[in-house]
Amino acid sequence: MTEQIDEGLRSELQRQGIWVTSMQELYNWGRQNSIWPLQFGLACCAIEMIATAASRYDIARFGGEIFRPSPRQADLMIVAGTVTKKMAPQIVRLYNQMPDPKYVISMGACAISGGPFKQGYNVLKGIDRYIPVDVYIPGCPPRPEALLHAFMELQRKIDSQKLTGTSKAEHLDPTQPSEFPVPAFGAHDLEPPANPDVFHPLKIERQS
Amino acid sequence: MAAEPQILSSSDGAADPPASLLAMESLEEIKARAEAAVPGAKIDIVPNPGPANQPSLLIDNGHAAAIARFLRDDPALRLDFCSNATGVDWLERTAKKTVKVKKMIDGVEKDVDEATEEKIPGYLEAVYHLYSIALKHGPVIIRMRTADRAEGTRLPSLTPVYRSAEFQEREIFDLYGIRLDGHPDLRRILMWDEFKDYPMRKDYREPDDYEFEPTPHDEVLEKARKHYSPRPQLDGAENITPRNEAETR
Ligand code: SF4
Repeated sequence: MTEQIDEGLRSELQRQGIWVTSMQELYNWGRQNSIWPLQFGLACCAIEMIATAASRYDIARFGGEIFRPSPRQADLMIVAGTVTKKMAPQIVRLYNQMPDPKYVISMGACAISGGPFKQGYNVLKGIDRYIPVDVYIPGCPPRPEALLHAFMELQRKIDSQKLTGTSKAEHLDPTQPSEFPVPAFGAHDLEPPANPDVFHPLKIERQS
Repeated sequence: MAAEPQILSSSDGAADPPASLLAMESLEEIKARAEAAVPGAKIDIVPNPGPANQPSLLIDNGHAAAIARFLRDDPALRLDFCSNATGVDWLERTAKKTVKVKKMIDGVEKDVDEATEEKIPGYLEAVYHLYSIALKHGPVIIRMRTADRAEGTRLPSLTPVYRSAEFQEREIFDLYGIRLDGHPDLRRILMWDEFKDYPMRKDYREPDDYEFEPTPHDEVLEKARKHYSPRPQLDGAENITPRNEAETR
């Protein structure tokens, strides 16, 4: 464990051309610099995601350029745009098909909460009702810089994940689920309207 | 090159515009010619007072396809493009009218204003906007009415006449629940097949499916009040019915 190595000694060794690291550091370093997002977009936010991947903002600088058209090859799901209720089961199914470790960025007001369509009957009020979300990006739409920021946040999260111990990463913990139930199309709404195991909304008490 | 001004009416004082750019005949003339061309057809003109001022033709359901075919093929009209098809929901309403009636008051006959209330039963409408690309005029708006809002929500489909109406008629069916007879593929288009409601009907109630609303006002405030359990110590809070979470789940 690198935590057990004295930092001063470590940099001293590094100066001498000896690089000391740990499995965890190496593993996380590799993972965080090669994140393959799943290639799909849902609405206007997807245009900003595309801009982020293109030459001007260039997410490749951070190791996220290989957008995969198959969930089997993807590490990251960027939910960019409005999730309609008709689309939600497909999103959850795609998430289930991604191999562990997998991460989710919820991009834009719509993917967080339904955004401008919150009061509509046909829009899901946030993808976190069915799948766990790692990073939320507010905005309508968020700028590419915001997506890059979220991406770097995610890299920080991956970097801090432990391989062993009680607080080890979820994907290494066999008791943690990696698939979530796909909601069914009901007569009036999706069934269930949210997965209580995943979704923990703020409790608000209104005064008047 | 300066753009040629589009002359849509002959009263502009422009010199002899080509015949095809002359103003379309009036709705009354269209109605008269269509009724003459389609035997038995009955057409009403529905006025639309207001800034838009777009009166429309209410065509009878039995001859709808024939009338539409006449509008499409008539050489002076050639309304070859159905740009828009949508539905309208009219709830049951009462129209207040004042009528002068003669009444005997104290042995003398007098004119008295009497207010009457007329119950207009609810119905659904399908509305089509027709343009002519060939003759560059339009729109001519046609509409059809269902018998009521519950059982008799059937109308003839105009997709056999206007192919472009296919998806929009599916949308009418999906959101208003008007069954369009003769449509080649009448399925829901926006909502899923298992969905039972018709969301664009005025009496539709959407599911109470969101937890918090940061800036509620007006109707949304009302909804939020209903949604959240009020604090018991507040004055008047006991009047607000707390929502039973388990019931709606
Ligand atoms: S958050 Fe705004 S920009 Fe993004 S999908 Fe929704 S409406 Fe479009």
